[in-house]
Amino acid sequence: MYEQIAANKRKSFILVTFFLVLIFALAAVLAELAGMGRTGLVAALVIAGGLSMVSYYGSDNITLAISKARPATKEEFPHLYNVVEGLALAAGVPAPRCYVIDDTAPNAFATGHDPKNAVICVTTGLLEKMNRVELEGVVAHEMSHIKNLDIRLMTLTVVMIGVVALLSDWIMRTFWWGGGRRRSGNDKNGAGAIFLVVGLVLAILSPIIAQLIRLAISRKREFLADASGAMLTRYPAGLASALRKIAADPEPLEAANKATAHLYIANPLLDHKGAINKLFSTHPPIEERIAALEKM
Amino acid sequence: MAPLLVFLLIIGGLFVIAVGIYNGLVVLRNRVDNAWSQVDVQLKRRYDLIPNLVETVKGYAKHESGVFQNVTEARAKAIAVGTVKDQGAAETQLTGALKSLFAVAEAYPDLKANQNFLMLQEELAGTESKIAYARQFYNDQVMKFNQKQQVFPSNIIAGMFHFQTKEYFVIEEPAAKEPVKVSF
Repeated sequence: MYEQIAANKRKSFILVTFFLVLIFALAAVLAELAGMGRTGLVAALVIAGGLSMVSYYGSDNITLAISKARPATKEEFPHLYNVVEGLALAAGVPAPRCYVIDDTAPNAFATGHDPKNAVICVTTGLLEKMNRVELEGVVAHEMSHIKNLDIRLMTLTVVMIGVVALLSDWIMRTFWWGGGRRRSGNDKNGAGAIFLVVGLVLAILSPIIAQLIRLAISRKREFLADASGAMLTRYPAGLASALRKIAADPEPLEAANKATAHLYIANPLLDHKGAINKLFSTHPPIEERIAALEKM
Repeated sequence: MAPLLVFLLIIGGLFVIAVGIYNGLVVLRNRVDNAWSQVDVQLKRRYDLIPNLVETVKGYAKHESGVFQNVTEARAKAIAVGTVKDQGAAETQLTGALKSLFAVAEAYPDLKANQNFLMLQEELAGTESKIAYARQFYNDQVMKFNQKQQVFPSNIIAGMFHFQTKEYFVIEEPAAKEPVKVSF
């Protein structure tokens, strides 16, 4: 358990660093092409970042509204409250607010970029179909996302993707329209042309690379949340059993769509399997997650 | 001039590292203390529930005075005790006494139907669950602190500034240690 947690943290760090390097490379290419210099570059990054901060801070309320979740009262769901409060004690975080989605498909998600303002949401289907240890496993997984600041990480990742997309866009436009602004005559044509080609390839491919990186980070964090959750309950078999039940359930979750699918504990859209799909999936395949849990 | 500069840089670097280690130890120790206060909150909740429970059961089973005395004494002891280790022993004893109380209550169907009794039983069960979680978190923090306190090189700083090893909070299930008796 501890080794898996440490390994996952390392892998996430490497991925995020790679992301930052990519952004830096793009920014450098843009600065070169447009001859904007460092001030223009900083201005570009600031604008991109600023626009994204708005979505960052509004994210949890928007997510809850899209998912048609309603607040869960202690009277109506005492069992859920007991489980959430107990696991919050074990995790050493303040107890998150509880929300519920009225849907027979079993699933759950957590949102909130700060443990102080966190929310855990489960479907009524999950509450009906899971027994005590399974429910504890699922809630522990979501609690771990909150504790490990995964939501903050994923939101920042989305911000970085936005920056990458903006920079790529500007590079393409500058190349297309900005012929006259390029520094002329000074650079030796050979090196300049290669740089240009490399820059363009990078600009075209960056958005896809950025998405793949985001999905890889998402998958690593799912494994980490599984391992951390197992450490909270000291009972990995509970979550393994819950995942098995969720995988066997054929129903898609009606309130979920592509924008929110990555937040749930198991992919609610039930897309088909395949190697290419694996790369583009926000969650690791359930069989691998169950296998990892059983090894603990 | 150069060797002196290098020497000073090395000393400076070591000092920075030492400060980092010391601060790390302080942070971990504070986390242990905070975790213990969380456990304490749950333990106090348990103590507060017990007098009411004893009174309710007494209303139906006055003559079972031995059991009541055990519970009251164990509770008083648990409240009074100081160190973590003693607390663990006192809580084990209190858990055992409460078990006997509930076993006695089994023989009185009127008592078992009493709403107050049922509510108290439910609350106690919830509290014991929370004590278990809080205890788990406390023990995790103790492990992290003890590890840093014992590992090289932080054990040097720990020794210099007298960081004591923290104790684990252990509540034992007395029945679990006894051999299982099967009789038909």
